[in-house]
Formats: sequence, structure tokens, C-alpha cells
Amino acid sequence: MNPWHFVIAAYAFALGSTGLLLILSWRAMRRAEAQDEAVKRR
Amino acid sequence: MHGYANPARFLRIARPATAWSLGAGLALVSISVLAGLFITPPDYVQGDSARIMYVHVPSAWLGMAGWSGLAVAALAQLVWRHPLATIAGRAIAPVGAMFAFICLVTGSIWGRPTWGTWWEWDGRLTSMLILFFLYLGYIGLASAERERGTEGRMAALFALVGLINLPIIHFSVKWWRTLHQGESVSFIGGGSRIANEMEWPLHLATIGFALLFAAIVLMRMRAELATVRAEARLRRRSAE
Repeated sequence: MNPWHFVIAAYAFALGSTGLLLILSWRAMRRAEAQDEAVKRR
Repeated sequence: MHGYANPARFLRIARPATAWSLGAGLALVSISVLAGLFITPPDYVQGDSARIMYVHVPSAWLGMAGWSGLAVAALAQLVWRHPLATIAGRAIAPVGAMFAFICLVTGSIWGRPTWGTWWEWDGRLTSMLILFFLYLGYIGLASAERERGTEGRMAALFALVGLINLPIIHFSVKWWRTLHQGESVSFIGGGSRIANEMEWPLHLATIGFALLFAAIVLMRMRAELATVRAEARLRRRSAE
């Protein structure tokens, strides 16, 4: 049983999940703030 | 504290804080991942599989810290009834749930080569799984209350009641000596049983992931505040 397979799987899952939530939250924030600005300017 | 609960003042601090915590978090996590994978020595018993510690342990601590943050926000919401506390609670919950889930999955991956099993109904594993379910319960309750347009007091009470699970998780390795190893890192009294060359990347990873946790929470709070402001502007205009 090669331990590196387990190490890589654990790091990929941890970093992938954090990165995904980071990107989704960033996009949601940018979209909401742009929408707020658009409503303000209207 | 009340001064910072003002949404306009909060946003003045949150905008630069988001960028700083994101940048510093990404830098620290990158350094600690490289150190954990290539610089630190393998464990003398567990070998290279112990490297999973650098993502597993910070996610366990942050899963628990997230619930503590949720409880503080719930207390502020119930005592001062400030809407920013409600928004903070809703922003923290999915991030805390994600770190609790990362802890469970990476622990399971670590368990297979170390214990020979993916899962065991051990005290620490089970109490951590309960924490994850508590997060799901809070998210469900908070979104149901939001749809109904209520203040979210039930979710806040749920967050306070759920605090009981945190000491259970912490002491589970002392109360039920089953499969999960005992405490290796201690912040009180300098009782850590981990070599220095393995300890510093662990603390670096914890600070890095904590900064990313904070950045995500700030982003989610800013998104919700922007949505609330846009809705309020539209309502005001339609009333004029």
C-alpha cells in the first residue's frame, strides 16, 4: 500500500474543497456588489 | 464592538480585510503544503501517511472554531438583535461545515493505511460526524427561517445548544480510549508531543487555513449585505 496515494488524495480533497468554496464565494460577492452598484446608479 | 456592528463601518474594514486575509492565507497555505509534503521528515511509526496531518488537523480545529464563532454570533443576535450577527452566523455555517467535512474525509483517508479501516465508530470520529450534522441542521434551520422572513432565533438557539458537542469532541480521546490517537499538540503548558520540525508547518497551515476561513466568511457577509442593500433600494424606489 503506497502511502503517497493516500497523501495526495487527502491534499487534493482538502485544497480542492477550500478552493472551490473560495471561488464560489468570491463570485457571489462580486455579483452581489455589482448588482448593488447597478441599482444605486439607476 | 457595537460600533463595528454598524454595516457601513463593517464594510469599510471588511473590504481591505478580505484582500489581506485571502492573500496571506494563500501564501501561508502554499508554504505549509510544500513543507508538509517535501520538507518535514516522515513519522517514525506512520511513515509518509502522517503528512495528511497538515490538512487534517487544521480542518478539525477550524470545524470546531467555526461552531464557536457561530455561537458567539448567535449570542450577539439573541442579546442585541443585531442583523449583522444573523448575517455572520449564516456566513460562518457553510464554511465550518466544509472544514468539518474535510476533517472527516481526510481522517478517513489517513485511517485506511494507518488503522486498516476507512471508518470506525470511535468517540472522536463519531462526535466530529455529529458536528458536521449539527452544521447541516443549522444551515437548514437558518435558511427556513430566512424564507419565512423571521429573525432566525431558532437557528441561534440551536447554535448555542450545539456548543455542548465541542467539549465532547475535545475530551473524546480521553473519555473513550478507542482507535483515534490522543492529543499530540497542546497549547496549554507546552505539553506538545510532536517534534519541532513537524510542528511549525502544522501551525503555519492552521493560521493559513484560518485566514482563508476568515476571507470566505467576509466574502459571504459582503455578498449578503450587498443583496440586502440592493433589495432595500428597490423597495424604497417602488414606494416613492
